[in-house]
Amino acid sequence: MSAQETIMLTAVFAGAACSLVGVFLVLRRMAMMADAISHAILPGLVASYVLANGPNLAAGILGASAAGLLTVVLVEALQRSGRVKSDGAIGIVFPALFALGTLVISRWFANVHLDADAILFGEIAFAPFDRLIIGGQDIGSQPLIVLAALTAINLGLLLLFFKELKLATFDAGLAAALGFSPVVIHYGLMVAVSVTTVGGFAAVGAILVVALMIVPAATAYLLTDRLGWMIAIAVTVGAGSGIVGYQIAWALDVSISGMIAVVMGAAFTLAATFSPSHGVVARMIQRNRQREQFSADVLLLHLNHHPTGAESLAALTKELGWTAGRLASAARRIERTQLVTTVGDELRLTPLGQEEARRLAAGLGVK
Amino acid sequence: MIPSILHDLIFDYTLRNVALGSAILGIVGGVLGSFALLRRQGLVGDALAHAALPGICLAFMLTGARTPIVLMLGAAISGWIGTLLILRIVRDTRLSEDTALGVILTVFFGLGIVLLTQIQHSDNANQAGLDHYLFGQAATLVSEDVRTMAVVGGIALAIVGLLFKEMKLLAFDPEFAASIGFPTDRLSILLTSSIVLAVVIGLQTVGVVLMAAMLVGPAAAARQWTNRLGVMVVLAGVFGAAAGVTGAMISVSARQIPTGPMIVLCVTALVIISLLFAPERGIVWDSLRRRALSRTVLASRPGERK
Repeated sequence: MSAQETIMLTAVFAGAACSLVGVFLVLRRMAMMADAISHAILPGLVASYVLANGPNLAAGILGASAAGLLTVVLVEALQRSGRVKSDGAIGIVFPALFALGTLVISRWFANVHLDADAILFGEIAFAPFDRLIIGGQDIGSQPLIVLAALTAINLGLLLLFFKELKLATFDAGLAAALGFSPVVIHYGLMVAVSVTTVGGFAAVGAILVVALMIVPAATAYLLTDRLGWMIAIAVTVGAGSGIVGYQIAWALDVSISGMIAVVMGAAFTLAATFSPSHGVVARMIQRNRQREQFSADVLLLHLNHHPTGAESLAALTKELGWTAGRLASAARRIERTQLVTTVGDELRLTPLGQEEARRLAAGLGVK
Repeated sequence: MIPSILHDLIFDYTLRNVALGSAILGIVGGVLGSFALLRRQGLVGDALAHAALPGICLAFMLTGARTPIVLMLGAAISGWIGTLLILRIVRDTRLSEDTALGVILTVFFGLGIVLLTQIQHSDNANQAGLDHYLFGQAATLVSEDVRTMAVVGGIALAIVGLLFKEMKLLAFDPEFAASIGFPTDRLSILLTSSIVLAVVIGLQTVGVVLMAAMLVGPAAAARQWTNRLGVMVVLAGVFGAAAGVTGAMISVSARQIPTGPMIVLCVTALVIISLLFAPERGIVWDSLRRRALSRTVLASRPGERK
């Protein structure tokens, strides 16, 4: 496998592994928990470095996962104490843990390769050269193998507990009533988030791990209302951004992790703007249509109040206090459906229009 | 030892600047953080700090100079764009606020890293040290920086000071504020923009990553001591300043202790003390009260009353 293929495959698996858990973080409104966990693993790494007397993959994963879980437990304990809300709890816990880690590193390990910025940004370009060697045998690129394994584990867990996760996410009360403990599912998810963060940060950096968890899932949530589709879209966006981001970063000679995040940002922007169901443009069109319909209804009711059922445009503009444009578009709308006709300079209700106005008035409970 | 530190605090140029800068950050962070925390937007500062990075890099790329004021302007502009986008996402899509924060935080930061590597790969000899904005580097503060921080912080404090009544209403009952005709959208943009100013001050001192603590910590600690907003705001400013000065002094007087993380740990210590021992709300008093109560209840059990 060439170095380039290794990097791209690593990025693809990072995208897949992270977005699988990210979907549930976004749906459960816990996106910032991923950010907190990703920073808080630093002291865990430091502790495992000290305990294992040097860098050690297994000890690192264990220590960092423990620190991730500690973050979750501390944040929830603070929240349960009722003294701070969830945002405050997160904002207290993760900077404290991160500061502790940074302090210990610069005080006692200043000359050791244990770098706070390496943890935050990672360097996926080194993925092909970081080999996993077991019993003297070179198995392959370590980040690639770790992330492929994480993707398999997360996918397996998702398939096994899909029903339970779905229920606990959308209706925790019902889940509890049916005997699935939302607490167990919650902590299971948090363990998955911690382990995925730990596995991912060495390859792509903690910030990209968070980006891969949140942005593809947020993009997918804007495009569909079905959980299965949301997961599929999120994984596609996450993995696809890995490939596209790598190509652009390679061409421009800039940070691969950063570029992958930027590409995901572009995908998110497109979805947020043009999503047919939840995009900004679709909502704007819908809101305009509602506003026009409302104007048309008001105009109809107003005309119905006049004994003759007719009035000149000039008088209508004055009485309703509308701009000429708003009146014209409302008039056009009800003229097209033959509820009014134009007679001279007057708008006149048709029999159909009178009936529609009475129906509207009855619906609103007015005369 | 203590008198010598006090002596240095006044006469040592570096220590004086670091302590003053940290104190300003603490006051501004505490005051603005109080409003953010009450609106459950404690993490906005974290997102905006990350969103400032591409602005710093772009300002450097455009001017080629590392003048703090130029970089701070860049940081403020990109942080502000981040603010508007977050508010937009929350208002116009179905995504929750924390998701919006996460999206803006990571994407802007990614863009910042892209620009940072672009700068590092160019042959600009002036670029060294740009990445110090990530973790802050309080020791390099000069008195001109401190003056700039004081002015920027003064503007932020003046905004919330002049609009105290409006901000109070916005924090406790935004629906009511909107119903009596306050421009709540514009007020919340204004509040978040002031938080951007606090973030800009913090970049040089504690850096991007630890900014969240300066906005959340002092405010959360102050909240435990009082139920009045005015008192909370002042107390948060005092706590922030105390943590800033203490952290700065510890880091300067001991070897190899970075200032930013030390300040954050001082903030954390204040939070823990407040959570445990604040009168009324303190966890310790609460559990003592509960124990006393359960003893009273046990003592008055009908079966034992003879």
